Amino acid sequence: MTEGLPVPSPAGLAGISSLTMDPECSQLLPALCAVLADPRQPMADDTCLEKLLDWFKTITEAGSSLLLLQENPCLVELLCHMLKPQDLSSRVLSFSLRLTGVLAAQEDCFQYLQEDSSLFVASAAGQLLVHILGLSMQGPAGGPPSLEAGDWPACAQKIVGHIEESLRATATPQITQALNVLTTTFGHCHDPWTQVLWVQLSPLVASLLEKDPVPAAHSLVDLLLSVARSPGLSSSSCGLWETLAQTLSRLSPTQAGPLALGILKLQDCPQALRAQAFAVLLQPLACVLKATAQDPGPSGVPPGTVGASVAAGTPLSSKAACVGLLCRSLAHLELLLPLPQRPCPWPQAPLLGAAVTLLQLCGGSARPACDTGRHLGTLLLGCVRVQRAALDFLGALSDGTGPRELVTQVFAVLLEYLRSPDSSPTVLKKAFQATFRWLLSSPKTPGCWDLDPHALLFLRDLLPVLQKRLCSPCWEVRDSSLEFLTQMTRHWGGQAGFRHALLASEVPKLTEQLLRDPESYVRASAVTAMGQLSSQGLCVPPAGPEHPGGPQKSLLVELLHILSTDSEGFPRRAVMQVFTQWLRDSHADVAGDAEQFVAGVLQVASQDLDWEVRAQGLELALVFLEQTLGQPRSHCPYAVTPPVEAPVGPLAQALQPLCRVRLFDFAFRALFDCDRPVAQKSCDLLLFLRAKTASPSGLQESRSSPDVASVEAALQSWQAGDQAQPLGDLEPEVVLAVLRSLDLEGLRGALAESSDHVERSPQSLLQDMLATVGVLGENEADCY
Amino acid sequence: MKLYCLSGHPTLPCNVLKFKSTTIMLDCGLDMTSTLNFLPLPLVQSPRLSNLPGWSLKDGNAFLDKTELIDLSTVDVILISNYHCMMALPYITEYTGFSGTVYATEPTVQIGRLLMEELVNFIERVPKAQSASLWKNKDIQRLLPSPLKDAVEVSTWRRCYTMQEVNSALSKIQLVGYSQKIELFGAVQVTPLSSGYALGSSNWIIQSHYEKVSYVSGSSLLTTHPQPMDQASLKNSDVLILTGLTQIPTANPDGMVGEFCSNLALTVRNGGNVLVPCYPSGVIYDLLECLYQYIDSAGLSNIPFYFISPVANSSLEFSQIFAEWLCHNKQTKVYLPEPPFPHAELIQTNKLKHYPSLHGDFSSDFRQPCVVFTGHPSLRFGDVVHFMELWGKSSLNTVIFTEPDFSYLEALAPYQPLAMKCIYCPIDTRLNFIQVSKLLKEVQPLHVVCPEQYTQPPPAQSHRMDLMIDCQPPAMSYRRAEVLALPFKRRYEKIEIMPELADTLVPMEIKPGISLATVSAVLHTKDNKHVLQPPPRPAQPTGGKKRKRATEDIPDCKVLKPLLSGSIPVEQFVQTLEKHGFSDIKVEDTAKGHIVLLQEAETLIQIEEDSTHIICDNDEMLRVRLRDLVLKFLQKF
Repeated sequence: MTEGLPVPSPAGLAGISSLTMDPECSQLLPALCAVLADPRQPMADDTCLEKLLDWFKTITEAGSSLLLLQENPCLVELLCHMLKPQDLSSRVLSFSLRLTGVLAAQEDCFQYLQEDSSLFVASAAGQLLVHILGLSMQGPAGGPPSLEAGDWPACAQKIVGHIEESLRATATPQITQALNVLTTTFGHCHDPWTQVLWVQLSPLVASLLEKDPVPAAHSLVDLLLSVARSPGLSSSSCGLWETLAQTLSRLSPTQAGPLALGILKLQDCPQALRAQAFAVLLQPLACVLKATAQDPGPSGVPPGTVGASVAAGTPLSSKAACVGLLCRSLAHLELLLPLPQRPCPWPQAPLLGAAVTLLQLCGGSARPACDTGRHLGTLLLGCVRVQRAALDFLGALSDGTGPRELVTQVFAVLLEYLRSPDSSPTVLKKAFQATFRWLLSSPKTPGCWDLDPHALLFLRDLLPVLQKRLCSPCWEVRDSSLEFLTQMTRHWGGQAGFRHALLASEVPKLTEQLLRDPESYVRASAVTAMGQLSSQGLCVPPAGPEHPGGPQKSLLVELLHILSTDSEGFPRRAVMQVFTQWLRDSHADVAGDAEQFVAGVLQVASQDLDWEVRAQGLELALVFLEQTLGQPRSHCPYAVTPPVEAPVGPLAQALQPLCRVRLFDFAFRALFDCDRPVAQKSCDLLLFLRAKTASPSGLQESRSSPDVASVEAALQSWQAGDQAQPLGDLEPEVVLAVLRSLDLEGLRGALAESSDHVERSPQSLLQDMLATVGVLGENEADCY
Repeated sequence: MKLYCLSGHPTLPCNVLKFKSTTIMLDCGLDMTSTLNFLPLPLVQSPRLSNLPGWSLKDGNAFLDKTELIDLSTVDVILISNYHCMMALPYITEYTGFSGTVYATEPTVQIGRLLMEELVNFIERVPKAQSASLWKNKDIQRLLPSPLKDAVEVSTWRRCYTMQEVNSALSKIQLVGYSQKIELFGAVQVTPLSSGYALGSSNWIIQSHYEKVSYVSGSSLLTTHPQPMDQASLKNSDVLILTGLTQIPTANPDGMVGEFCSNLALTVRNGGNVLVPCYPSGVIYDLLECLYQYIDSAGLSNIPFYFISPVANSSLEFSQIFAEWLCHNKQTKVYLPEPPFPHAELIQTNKLKHYPSLHGDFSSDFRQPCVVFTGHPSLRFGDVVHFMELWGKSSLNTVIFTEPDFSYLEALAPYQPLAMKCIYCPIDTRLNFIQVSKLLKEVQPLHVVCPEQYTQPPPAQSHRMDLMIDCQPPAMSYRRAEVLALPFKRRYEKIEIMPELADTLVPMEIKPGISLATVSAVLHTKDNKHVLQPPPRPAQPTGGKKRKRATEDIPDCKVLKPLLSGSIPVEQFVQTLEKHGFSDIKVEDTAKGHIVLLQEAETLIQIEEDSTHIICDNDEMLRVRLRDLVLKFLQKF
């Protein structure tokens, strides 16, 4: 039974160690295959599938694949099951295909698998054909093949013949397959013969456009773009532009969108085609503008677009089609926006107008004059998808400018969304994001970084909304509001206009109250926001008759309280980040007695069960260390850093403050932390310190030889997992001696290598996979 | 079938349906918006209000929106759909000679009583020394300042009823349960269905054997405290009368509750007080439930909530005992046993306190900042008047309007200038237009009848084509004081045949599946039930000498001619005519059949689907001959 036991993993294999299929695994396998074949039982984690595949590779490399299949018929059943058209998850399908490949690498096994209806032909044939075609065209002697198709190797001619036949077929799957083969070919191979191939096949491809509806439109678009991008083809000489133009006009607006985007991304392409492609993308928005225009004059979109809008009238008639088309169109335009090759001139103003109109239609505030517009309003009313897409797009448009009047409308519609009780949390979040981007882009007064007068006016309307949102019963809303506040404060916290408006509002006070929110995410965001407000001196300690009972405790005390008592990790992590930032910025509350502050924080952080808190503690320790040793870590040559005088005198003396705040106690403990990132970070910190102390230009070292035995004993017991052993007061000399004696580089290497702590046996893997089946829902990230 | 529309207010309907000899009143809502024309009735002397120039604050302030369209004493029954739609009941039962029965569910009656009791209490506890009514004279009225001079039909405005009248009115109510079938004079059956809007709220089905009318009033598909709406039973209606949709179709109740909570928290955190003018039952239960979940998270646990109403205690307690009328979730709590509404816990933990009025215990417990729920939502009477006066001057305080019945700007008018913040969060859980269109698709009535307001977008949002009823065929609309002939004719009546009479019938099959039999019987009609009874035997001569009284005469049974059925095949008929010596026959096709011309005899036989005429000049012999030939082709029975 020795072969059944897990044996040490050979280097290079990803953790799975057994080289054969032991009986226990054989027993588990059928159940697992059944789970994989069942689309209703999702696999929680596809890394399991990767590991499983690695294991099968190991097994097949060590023994006979055929035997494996014969002894475990469930595997063949699984593979055959995949052939049936069904709703399989792509990860399981990909796993099965790759497993088939692994198994079929042995000839007898290949033959065995071919007895079934062939998986290779059904799914992998496309890839195979491409490779065979490519290989045969390279020729045996490596010489370039003839550019006359008639002189091509028989094998290549056969394949091309097959593709031609498929393109002439009436069944769409066959056409799709042929198109996919060609797409892959033109994508991978750029030899001159591909141009010959295209010239030969393009009439057949063009003939597809004459069918109604155009079959396999998506694959056709992929092929045309693949051909257009291929450097092996000179597009002008083979009628490609004409085909593209024809395709654009033949496909439905929904299908033509990706093609238009692809065309506009091409480097060199005739101006007329680009204009046509751009018109396709603009068409749905032009339709919206036209349907809602009070005065049906020119809407400002490029010529050709309005005329084309008649065609788009059809898809805008049903809700599903209309929403889908608009969202795609907005997404495509948003992708195009930052590209250098985006169309020029860019119709910024009409696009702004369209985005604003869409948002008004969704919110019910638009007043379309004609029936089409009213119908559109009924379709889009309250549609969250369009709202999200339009807000994203509107945000992206903030990089450009717009006429004053339109910008006013932008801010008005944003305010409408921020105010509306019907805005869903996700829509609201996007509205906040877009608002922030527009505020950022609002024109600056030269020499002044404050908000311009219009933006300040807007701010006056915005703050009451923010106040109300901070009191929302929906935690997602409170959370996004706090994030928005943090962003605003970070950018304008130093500006008089902003400060004045903020301090006149209740926002700082409400933010402070959210430190005690029942939702941990909100507490975390409140911590971050308060940290930011405090850094900018925008935290007014509430005083006066409403708050009797002595002076309000300081924010520092409040945050320390959260750090030591909050039951959730997020707020504690946020506190550590705020503290680190405060220390870095020499915040007034901290700078007074930095040593006491750091000592207190490190003491609490070292006890924390959340590794991210401990890791952030090390970050704080590093900042303190840099400040103490006088070497700011900033690598930015332009960064403004407070001049810190390099400490002079013996090294031991320089290390005294670090010892006093028990930084080494914290760092040494972290070195053997059960969570690897903490240990790595500590390792880096100590390495940094050692480099600092050893550098010739560095600090003077005393010559005494301290007793390090007790320290090393403690470290060893920590490494063994017993963190209870105390480490007495450390003297700088002892620290230096320990630093020298520790194999930090070795430790760093070990930490970098051992990447997982999971039990490494295939049996455990199979058991884990079976155990986690169906719990996908619970594992979904808790985000909105 | 006719519908008399007595109210123009779509959410406070009052319609009378005449159907199969019954007269049914559907709801009797009381439109109190006219109270907005009056000054508030302060609970304590208000120097500001009493010193306002001009018109004094003396008059009744209830408004009965009825016309002389129909004699209300002829109403047989009144069906009540929810407690908001019964507030005019005393005016009808006590003033019109009404002698019928009122049907309503138990929670409707109990909570309706609370609402009326509160209203009477609010009015009576501030008695007026004098009242003025001369101004209602049209000549004087037009001299009054706006909006009084524009008020319509002020002559129909009435004083508020008394508690005695309320009790008398309520005594005429018969309690019913959901899905209970109630026979009205044997003619129609009425059935209340759960409408999901309020405790005990109902829609009604009014049906005979062959017709079904559904009356939908104040329904909700949202999950709040009441039992969910019964939609399935509304299917297959000939007519669906649709009233009581949401008054604020643009405000989504969920969003509004969020607004309510946010603004409440914002105010209280800044040390201000919150005033919520409300009815003592209904949405307040849901608001308290939301606040129950929200106050801890918002850090408001220490803020007192006060509910002040003469019926506050009864309302909070009643809500807990109507378990069978609640949504499933709340029903199950009762079996644990737990109180179905969490406001019980709020009261236990002293977070919610309730008082009959602001006099008494309240004044000693009163602590600020606080949240006060109190009536009346019109801000014209009730304890709310006092709080408006008390808190109106500080911008720290907020008044949050949640009831959609009154325009909040008009309600606030007498309190201006006002420093207090005003938030409008109307929470109306009744059906919106999207839900209506889904409902209509689901239940597919043949005809929809609704107030005219629902057939076009609201005037302020004329572009919102989604804010109207969209159905096929288009809905029939009504307006106040209109009589609508409902668009379907009664075609059939169910008649029972006595078993012994049925035994004597000998059906004859005239088409596959269709058999006929003649029957001679006496039709006996009583309580709108029709029964065919065997005819009495011919009276045996009794030999008595007494003259029979005319009334005892037996109806004459005339000798019956046989009934004919079948059709006449024209070609064969012509052949038969020829056989019998007629010549020169000509057949013409007409729109309805054929004309057979006997040119020689100058006679014309007109054959149509349901009649045959023989037209000849004074030749009875010929006519009889021809008739017999025609009859040969027909079956007799």
